[in-house]
Amino acid sequence: MQRIVIIGSGQGGLQMAASLRQEKFEGSIVLIGEEPGLPYQRPPLSKAYMEDGNGAALALRSGSFFERSEITLLDGRRAVAIDRKAQEIALDDGRRTSYDHLILATGARNFLPPIPGITARGVMSLRTLTDAERLRSAIARASHAVVVGGGFIGLEFAAMARKSGLPVTVVEAAERLMARAVSPAMSRAFLEKHRAMGSNVRLNALAGAVLTDVEGRARGVSLADGTAIAGDLILIATGVRPNVELAAEAGLENANGIAVDGLLRTSDPAVSALGDVCSFPLGGVRVRLESVQAAVDHARHIAKVLVKGETAHYNALPWFWSDQADWKLQIAGLALDADEELAVSRESGAPLVLRFGAGRLLSAETVNDAGSHMAARNLIGTSKSLLESNNYNLRAVLKALKEASAVVA
Amino acid sequence: MKVKFIAHDGAETEIEVAEGESMMRAAVLNNIDGVIGECGGSMMCATCHCYVDDAWAGLTGSQNEGEPDLLDCAASEVKSTSRLSCQIKMRPELDGLVIHLPEAQR
Repeated sequence: MQRIVIIGSGQGGLQMAASLRQEKFEGSIVLIGEEPGLPYQRPPLSKAYMEDGNGAALALRSGSFFERSEITLLDGRRAVAIDRKAQEIALDDGRRTSYDHLILATGARNFLPPIPGITARGVMSLRTLTDAERLRSAIARASHAVVVGGGFIGLEFAAMARKSGLPVTVVEAAERLMARAVSPAMSRAFLEKHRAMGSNVRLNALAGAVLTDVEGRARGVSLADGTAIAGDLILIATGVRPNVELAAEAGLENANGIAVDGLLRTSDPAVSALGDVCSFPLGGVRVRLESVQAAVDHARHIAKVLVKGETAHYNALPWFWSDQADWKLQIAGLALDADEELAVSRESGAPLVLRFGAGRLLSAETVNDAGSHMAARNLIGTSKSLLESNNYNLRAVLKALKEASAVVA
Repeated sequence: MKVKFIAHDGAETEIEVAEGESMMRAAVLNNIDGVIGECGGSMMCATCHCYVDDAWAGLTGSQNEGEPDLLDCAASEVKSTSRLSCQIKMRPELDGLVIHLPEAQR
């Protein structure tokens, strides 16, 4: 294999290039990214960046890294077609580039609900550094923010906006916050947290339209029940859609994302996919995860498959995090088949929620407790009875297990 | 200002680090393999574990709040000089700092 082309220069695409070199791939690497400039981290955009505005601190690698590692970064360029037969891709400037192996790391884009007024001035979304710059300056001018969507991004933004003193209303269509990501008990803890910060949180509230003034500027959001909420900064944070079009047009299989197998290969063995855009088998089900962890671990696994001939299937434990005000939420594991949820009450008062399936730990949700989160990553699959006998002190369980295995060894 | 990273296999890399930059960021930006920094410096992952060279341990200071909890879960042996490199920020007194990297981060 002489030439590997990566489409998408987000954190997963960048990690792909870096991991190929770390595994000692000696052929050429081309990294194609739509956004101009060096690849950067997205998670801080809704967190630290909103406070400090320091875009330079987000770079994932220095410019000299690409030269030294002989990685050709084509930034500000879009791949417009894949010719799988010729093993070539076409770029938006008319150039074509060949590949021996192609990796699709095209990520996801924000989903904007098709409601009246969605294109009005003052309506924003957050995904890129450019979005974040606009949003940051809008906070300084706005008098009231309306956040449509009570997921990670919407709530992280709401917390930052409240911190800067801006009145905030959060409108969530579901009956609870972060419903896709956390347990009902953790949703409740965060609802209280956001209300205590002064955000007006409205659940079961479906945004019907963005209200505008005669000049076309956003002036608020009307809900499906007719309620009008005033606001001059409207953040739409209603989830994402995977960027599958390029793959679909090339005839690659799609299953809520580009479908890949356990080695992260698409239906064409010369093409792999990673990160937000791909759906992959994990523990017997097919999932698509929107997280840095999945993107980065996928990239590392693909590098091993391509360079070292790795044959083991991808099996990394999913984990997620979200910073909301002074609460650091971490989730270890996936609770797709949870049949039991336990909110553990602890002296510290920090919320801890464990979710079980058939009596085994599926996921652990912690707040400001990285130690328990790290322990949980090693305890997924542990029986509930073992945890119970240790009063659900995850660190104590892990310590006991380690000591027991040391004795056996 | 310069910092030398010594990998587990003994390979040395000296890099230029600007004031205020964390050792984790500096290592990752320069593609030093022995540091991952998965969470980007949010004190959430323990994949930037390092050992401060004995001669420098006094200057880099002691572990910050929360650091011991994370180091408990580090993939490699934790020693008295263990730190999360995201918590060590460059300042003039640290010019010439030597950092040793563990065998594994995850």
